[in-house]
Amino acid sequence: MSRIGVWGVLATLALVLLGGFLGFVWLPQSQDPSLSPFAAWCSALGVPRTWLASASIRPEVPTSEVLLTHELLGVQDDSDRGHGATLALRCSMCHGPTGISYADSPNLAGQYAAVIYKQLHDYRSGARSSPIMTPMARTLSDLEMRQLSAYYAGLSKPAGSTLIGNAPAIIRWGAPMRNVAPCGSCHGDIDHTMASPWLKGEPQNYLRAQLMAFASGARTNDINGQMRAMVQGMTPAEIEAAARYYAGDAK
Amino acid sequence: MFNARRLILAHFWIAIAAFLGALILGEWQMIVRSPLHAWVDNPEHYYRSLTAHGSAMGYVFPTLIAMGFGYAISVSALKRNLLGLRWAWVALALVVVGALAAMITVGLGRASVLYTFYPPLVGHAFYYLGIVLVVVGSWVWVVLLSLNLRAWRKEHPGVKVPLAMFANVAGAYLWAWTAVGAALEILLQILPVAFGWKTTIDAGLARVLFSWTLHAIVYFWLMPAYIAYYTIVPRAIGGRLYSDTMARFSFALFLVFAMPIGVHHLFADPMVGSGIKVMHTIFTGMVAVPTFLTVFTICASVELAARMRGGRGIIGWLGALPWKNPAMLAVAFSFVMLGLGGAGGLINMSYQLDSTVHNTQWITGHFHLIFAGAIVIMYFVIAYDLWPQLTGRALQSLSLMRLQLWLWFLGMMILTLPWHLSGLLGMPRRMAYFDYTHVATSPYAWTVIVSVLGGAMVLISGVLFVAILAKGHRTERVGVEPYRFSVALHEHATAPRALNGFAVWIALMVALTLVNYGFPIWQLSRIESTSVPAIYVGGDQ
Repeated sequence: MSRIGVWGVLATLALVLLGGFLGFVWLPQSQDPSLSPFAAWCSALGVPRTWLASASIRPEVPTSEVLLTHELLGVQDDSDRGHGATLALRCSMCHGPTGISYADSPNLAGQYAAVIYKQLHDYRSGARSSPIMTPMARTLSDLEMRQLSAYYAGLSKPAGSTLIGNAPAIIRWGAPMRNVAPCGSCHGDIDHTMASPWLKGEPQNYLRAQLMAFASGARTNDINGQMRAMVQGMTPAEIEAAARYYAGDAK
Repeated sequence: MFNARRLILAHFWIAIAAFLGALILGEWQMIVRSPLHAWVDNPEHYYRSLTAHGSAMGYVFPTLIAMGFGYAISVSALKRNLLGLRWAWVALALVVVGALAAMITVGLGRASVLYTFYPPLVGHAFYYLGIVLVVVGSWVWVVLLSLNLRAWRKEHPGVKVPLAMFANVAGAYLWAWTAVGAALEILLQILPVAFGWKTTIDAGLARVLFSWTLHAIVYFWLMPAYIAYYTIVPRAIGGRLYSDTMARFSFALFLVFAMPIGVHHLFADPMVGSGIKVMHTIFTGMVAVPTFLTVFTICASVELAARMRGGRGIIGWLGALPWKNPAMLAVAFSFVMLGLGGAGGLINMSYQLDSTVHNTQWITGHFHLIFAGAIVIMYFVIAYDLWPQLTGRALQSLSLMRLQLWLWFLGMMILTLPWHLSGLLGMPRRMAYFDYTHVATSPYAWTVIVSVLGGAMVLISGVLFVAILAKGHRTERVGVEPYRFSVALHEHATAPRALNGFAVWIALMVALTLVNYGFPIWQLSRIESTSVPAIYVGGDQ
């Protein structure tokens, strides 16, 4: 190797040693002199450590046990939908024979399967409570919940409902300075995220009641408190505007 | 330009088309997020535009300029026809098909993930496949340059490799190794998820792999500009290169230090240890060495030219420089922007100082000042310098070129300096809209309006650049002399052996990659619990 090459290699090696000393010996030990050289070296390398290890804190309110993954529902077929249709007979009183409610209960027709499955599961586990839905869900097995969600997801969305006029600011932009994301970026109009319900055409009274329940903390089955965090930053006027907009002209 | 004239011209025009489109998107983004415009109706449109702007400006435009200029150097420095001309056209076709696939996917709103990919965000597979094709095309270019140099060496045993070709191939090897990180990320992590074979992704590992590419890609963009500093500017202003050896040494150092430093993009990321971050800080600092060597050598070369033209005194020689020459003007502008951007870069690369500017508009200002400013203005010089060779016609409108360069320089300063300021005030980057009426954010408002004006100047300059080159196809044919590169002040027949080849420097580059990246990549790939569910963008709406 030529002279310049040898010097290049030696200088680089010296730099590695100097950097290694600073990064793996001197800095970690000067920050925490109690560390042994080996522990300091491991921490600087980024070897995982157990830190802040303490017993996990149980939440004061019941929370959802559903683990949202893309494989949550697996593949659903016609037989699932058929079984679901039979099971749905007991739901039609409130949610309508075609999944469209005339009683200010949520419309289920065309709703994402993961949404329906999660809510049923949360009613059964007690993460969400309702004098009507809790006893209904208690009798359902996991398979039956999957079948019901497959059935309703396969129905057509409310046909007549269209969104009227321009979406209000809270739907389009949220409130950036209050950390409120646009409703539309999860619930439709802009985009949707997993297990967030599609809200277009849902009854206005139902939407308002749920937003108020999240705001007061009466409803707690939102993952990581996402909806509570959103609604608690919203003004009553924004809650009303969001409910009115998503309800559209649906009756 | 021997047998490669049409090939080089095609590279430049396709690059310029991508550049112009991305430039328009950039200014649109500036306007819609400024106080001059109502909030953008659908924020996704903003991110769609941002992804297209970044992908065109980051992957397509500089890659094609580097490839086209690389072929031009190969034929004119080695004075022989390009070996593998057909393969070069295949490579160009790969880049074009890849760029179109990526851009159409982004345009349809199926991959608004930004050009840095950002797993666990996952867009449509076509976007990533498009980027892969662009990279594969550029790898063909690397092989071709290497083969051309080898063929020349066989014909000229013991002769010194021309400086321009030495630097050209150094840049190509740097790119070949640099692109490996992003390629691994796309092939091993993102594509299996984009195809639906997997639904979780190790975002931490993906970010580490991307950082492998993310910093050195800037040096790949920078190489043509540095080659222009050393081998075009001294000749264009009627001077000589101060030192050929210093130039070779700088390019060798870039090869060693440009790549194993990317973790300074991950200072705020928890999955990399602090010691690794310190190492990357130190090696990032080392990049200042070839940069300062270059600044010194080029300033000395420019002073030499001034004194040859009768310049006197300590400062007085500056007046003797050919300021009406676009190359002179551009190199001065480039150095001003490189100086300011480089000083800002020293803050970004410092483990502690970085936390004050992390993810703010400062970062946007920094990389625009360096890339779109210092580097792209030299791309203009390269195009102006090569055009008569490529078209057989002279570019006649020197005053228009000067206007174009002035507009680019002033526009870029007016665009990026307010970004730096608003970044220091805490304005985050990558936001589709801001509430400028709020007391906390209202101080940003005027800076954004000023940036919009700077962006408009840059856009006008870009259009002017295209107009000058297009006009260059219609002037009268002239006899064009063979293309020449700068001659060194003391031209030696030989160069030191280590500076006439790449073996030592490539070995150091790979070894330093192992030292600086080996452990984090090994560790993250063996811990399974670090994967998170992918978030698919642009699905049904």
